[in-house]
Amino acid sequence: MEATQLIKVTVDGKTVEVPVGTTIMEAARMIGPEVAPPAMCYYKPLKGSGGKCRACLVKVAQGSEKDPRPMPKLVASCITQAQDGMVVENFSNPDVVNARKGIVEFLLINHPLDCPVCDQAGECHLQDFAFEHGLGTTRYDDERRTFEPEDIGDKIQLNKNRCILCYRCVYTAEQITDSRVHGVMYRGDHAEISTYISKAIENDFSGNVIDVCPVGALTDKTYRFKSRVWFSKPADAHCNCDKCSGKVNLWYKGDEVIRVTARKNQWGEVEDFICNDCRYEKKKTSDWVIEGPTKIPRHSVISANKYAANTIKKPEFAMDFAAHNFKEIDDNRDYNKSLEEIKKSGDYKNLMNKNKALLSK
Amino acid sequence: MASDIKILTDKINIPGIETFEVYRKNGGYAAVEKAIKKMSPDEIVEEVKKSGIRGRGGAGFPMGMKWSFLAKPEGIPRYLVCNGDESEPGTFKDHYLMKNIPHLLIEGMIVSSFALGANKSFIYVRGELMYVIRILEKAIEEAKNAGFLGKNILGSGYDLELVVQPGGGAYICGEETALLESLEGKRGNPRNKPPFPAIKGLYQSPTVVNNVESIATTSWIINHGGDEYAKLGIGRSTGTKLISASGHVKKPGVYEIELGLPVEEFIYSDQYLGGIREGHQLKAVVAGGSSVPILPANLIMKTANGEPRLMSYESLSDGGFATGTMLGSGGFIAMDETTCIVRNTWNFSRFYHHESCGQCSPCREGTGWMEKVLHKIEHGHGKMSDIDLLVDVAKRIEGNTICPLGDAAAWPVGSAIRHFRDEFEWHITHPHEATQKGAVFMNKSILV
Repeated sequence: MEATQLIKVTVDGKTVEVPVGTTIMEAARMIGPEVAPPAMCYYKPLKGSGGKCRACLVKVAQGSEKDPRPMPKLVASCITQAQDGMVVENFSNPDVVNARKGIVEFLLINHPLDCPVCDQAGECHLQDFAFEHGLGTTRYDDERRTFEPEDIGDKIQLNKNRCILCYRCVYTAEQITDSRVHGVMYRGDHAEISTYISKAIENDFSGNVIDVCPVGALTDKTYRFKSRVWFSKPADAHCNCDKCSGKVNLWYKGDEVIRVTARKNQWGEVEDFICNDCRYEKKKTSDWVIEGPTKIPRHSVISANKYAANTIKKPEFAMDFAAHNFKEIDDNRDYNKSLEEIKKSGDYKNLMNKNKALLSK
Repeated sequence: MASDIKILTDKINIPGIETFEVYRKNGGYAAVEKAIKKMSPDEIVEEVKKSGIRGRGGAGFPMGMKWSFLAKPEGIPRYLVCNGDESEPGTFKDHYLMKNIPHLLIEGMIVSSFALGANKSFIYVRGELMYVIRILEKAIEEAKNAGFLGKNILGSGYDLELVVQPGGGAYICGEETALLESLEGKRGNPRNKPPFPAIKGLYQSPTVVNNVESIATTSWIINHGGDEYAKLGIGRSTGTKLISASGHVKKPGVYEIELGLPVEEFIYSDQYLGGIREGHQLKAVVAGGSSVPILPANLIMKTANGEPRLMSYESLSDGGFATGTMLGSGGFIAMDETTCIVRNTWNFSRFYHHESCGQCSPCREGTGWMEKVLHKIEHGHGKMSDIDLLVDVAKRIEGNTICPLGDAAAWPVGSAIRHFRDEFEWHITHPHEATQKGAVFMNKSILV
């Protein structure tokens, strides 16, 4: 057997050896979540995905060992192949972070961060992305696009208000189902996901579009609003299915299975796509062989308060970055940022006195 | 340095030149005979390399180098695609060439296809130009009947089928990878690069995409030699260039100039544009189609160092985007002092907003955002902070998109604010005056 040729790639000062042909994104993922760029449209199991959301832009500070020149523009790490000796700057480069902050702002134009009412809260990649970049709003002050929620089939609801046009669902339908009946219509910011002439999406694997959606645009009608994700408890389970691998996560609320999804890796990508029977029809524990509690390595609210602290790698970069950035919230109001100055003000003294009075009661 | 050298347009005014008979009588198809009978494909590529010609579609990439990148695996077809999807506002020179002298393009296509080893080549023309498509199809039929196309061209054993394909009617279909998608019958969305078309292009096969003007020039290069071509022009901007001039000039139209011609001479000499319309002064110029940065009159005449600005890739971009611009596709738009830069920028922005394909987030959302802010400023509802917002949004689009449409949308906005910021401010501080019909801000300091 021919030995795989390995190349060295450095991301944010950490070096890894990867096979020739690996993308920068995959190389960074091999190092770990602390240097892995965010991905809103890239989805490894879906061929051809990536390059659209531009969330994973990185700076190539050194092209390769042979040609050390830097690349002139930021590149999408999910579609750019790594070269031997390549040096990549990710979270360590302010231009990259700033460009991504811009992407968050663009995405938030037509995707409200309405996490309190969205069924995807706690599992939403855009929520994470926005949090990691310290941006919860956009300077865009015109009217947003609004759509009525649309049932595309009896089990799937499409809410285009939250769609970020990542194309993942289109690739899923294209690649794992017999016939694709939905796609992107129109151009530019008029573009929208839609079925062809109000068709329903009906095939054995249609439910997978829900799993690949990074935001709350495509949701499971059998589960919507039954629970918040952090109140449910996932378990790994399997069954003998003649259509799919039968490997799933069962989401329990108490003793009740409220949702069945495909299993995802630490990057939120489906490991094996599952069929609609497994997803919608088998909602009893007796339908499944339980393997044990699901380990959720991705930094997620799902894992909060459920597992020992050492099972989850904390996203230090994100925490630091968000902490740093939330201090500099865009605000046009004239206010004093210096704490020392604030302490000298009459307002501050009045407030402290008020607090003291309240506490003494 | 007005020059009478004409490479592409020397025969364009001969009556009946659009027919095979007249074109042939005037020396047409000599390049095909020479290339196929006397030269090898590699020799043709070498001549094109020697000529130093840069792609005339806008990016200005060396054409010979592009050809030499073409992968040549055995058993897989190679394609040549001519990009005739010209739709940049202000650019209309390819249309002029295809309509008036179609055989020049077909001759170039045959020579180029032979050099690249392509047996099936495509001319992709914007769908709206159906009459041009018919002209080309008729010319192809004539060339085929004369034995210059089809099986066994001139008895050489070389076969070439030439197909004219109407485009999707979207500006984005002019971007080379979106064009290939459209040609394959799909939605005209740009592809991620790499792989570049030279490795995986049309139907996943090695493909060269060249502009109409670039391909039409190859006939002259083969007839006269690459070295002769390289003697024309200035520096790395060799040869001649078609410029489509429009706006407030006395003689708008398509001109063939030798690269290196001073901009001042191009605008004011009677041989070319004949100056700005009577009683008015030049205010600004967009030198290479609406996507390139706009320059005020003083900077288009002279570089920041005070040297005369020339019509060449290097001279026009001298000073970077701070004080320079680009030759682009040669869409030269001159504006006099009656032009409202804010309105003009909004107009360009409307175009790019409408034409964004919507695949990548910065372009999809950013182009619309810029247009809406510009609309507000133009219509008297702008805020001072909107100007910096526009600059910021433009910066966040620039360089971060899948294809250059994002840059094309961002550059006009960024440059207009850079050079005419006081005009934007005036629109915001004088909303009533700014919205009056015909009201324009006149910055006397930048008029020439």
